[in-house]
Amino acid sequence: MDNKRKYVIPGDVVTTGPFRPEQNVELQGNKIISTTIGISEIYDDSVKVIPLTGKYIPKINDLVIGKVISHTSLSWELDINSCYVGFLPAQDVFGRDFSAHADELASKLKSGDLVAARIANFDRTRDPLVTISDRDLGKIDTGDLVKISPSKVPRLIGKRGTMIQMIEMATDAAITIGQNGWVVVSCESPEGLLKAKKAIEMVNEKAHVANLTDQVKEMLESKGES
Amino acid sequence: MGGRDATMVLLDENGIRCDGRKVDEPRRIMIKAGGLKNADGSAYIEFGDNKILVGVFGPRDVHPKHMSNTDTGILRVRYHMVPFSVGERKNPAPSRREIEISKVIKEALEPAVMLDKFPRTAVDVFIEVLQADGGTRCAALSAASVALADAGIPMRDMVAACAAGKVADTVVLDVNNEEDQAGQADMPIGYMPNLEKITLLQLDGVLTSEEYKKCVQVGVDGCKIVYDIQKKALQDKYFGNGGD
Repeated sequence: MDNKRKYVIPGDVVTTGPFRPEQNVELQGNKIISTTIGISEIYDDSVKVIPLTGKYIPKINDLVIGKVISHTSLSWELDINSCYVGFLPAQDVFGRDFSAHADELASKLKSGDLVAARIANFDRTRDPLVTISDRDLGKIDTGDLVKISPSKVPRLIGKRGTMIQMIEMATDAAITIGQNGWVVVSCESPEGLLKAKKAIEMVNEKAHVANLTDQVKEMLESKGES
Repeated sequence: MGGRDATMVLLDENGIRCDGRKVDEPRRIMIKAGGLKNADGSAYIEFGDNKILVGVFGPRDVHPKHMSNTDTGILRVRYHMVPFSVGERKNPAPSRREIEISKVIKEALEPAVMLDKFPRTAVDVFIEVLQADGGTRCAALSAASVALADAGIPMRDMVAACAAGKVADTVVLDVNNEEDQAGQADMPIGYMPNLEKITLLQLDGVLTSEEYKKCVQVGVDGCKIVYDIQKKALQDKYFGNGGD
């Protein structure tokens, strides 16, 4: 870990000087102040704080797992584990020739269904617009939902996806991670499913531990032999 | 109230107060961040004999809908004392005093939280006083600030709070229940330590302008002590013993 990283709480001065404030920091006079609990990182010209807590805030192009709450005659509403509900228009599923009286929305997605979706558009004036018209998106038919803290999603993915690849390889499970902290695990064998879920929960609980990858690896291998 | 000696000496000739503290000494303070599983953020504080639990929810949908603001998130605070928090059973319905303290704490937290990032949402802060012994609004404000940080609500700074007052013609830090009842003045202060700004200042009693300045100074110094404890509480939860 390089010495530019620091643990900060709200109000802590991360650095002073001509840096561009990025996420979770605020410029006050010539000081750059952290606005959340997290780990500060200073780059050549910018500063950011990686949060360790907090709700999921939608970002355009994020892959999320949503749960259908309800629908009107024109759109579905998805719970995306955020303070806003995801808005999925019917055209997205039925195509351009969607007609409100001919097509029944409940025939495609019912409330309670899980959906892999992408945030198509979001700004502060409107609820996030989500889409499922893309490869790998759409209704999720099989698998178990595991809920983790959204701030720990990057840790579960690991550096260039190492952590998640390792879990997938060891258990033969297919894991879909939503940026909103919801993860769907599906696996042919029940043991693999249990083990993958256990590994994900382990990452969620021990996200701050330094050699977590080794610990997870150990857990995955130890159970495999017995 | 409180069942302690009615003829007690508030300040003896050695400068020792009725509970054995020096004039510039706060009570024992312990803060624990987290602890409530179902809340998004929480904190527990013991401030002398005060015991207060705070839970924070949000940002989340606003109900009733008409309260929501399209420009910014809103902060809602409920300060409540449980019936067994004081000597004689307290009616659990919100009293005039609790409504006032809720408002005062809300306004003391507002300069710190940055809710403009979450339009159309609300952040709810629930404060439950389990045991009261004077200075609950300061203790509650300190704990609420820790709970908000625990919930990951963006904040410009923490808010630390501590009271100062005048007892037996002397300016003292952190007045307790006895000193509040029998003393001459009580001044709760909320303070943002890094921005060096005061967010709460109330005064019950009469002070000369010199005493007033001294009181503010003593109170702010007390807030800095509280801030160090808040900081430690958050570090303990998030950085474990690996924190630097």
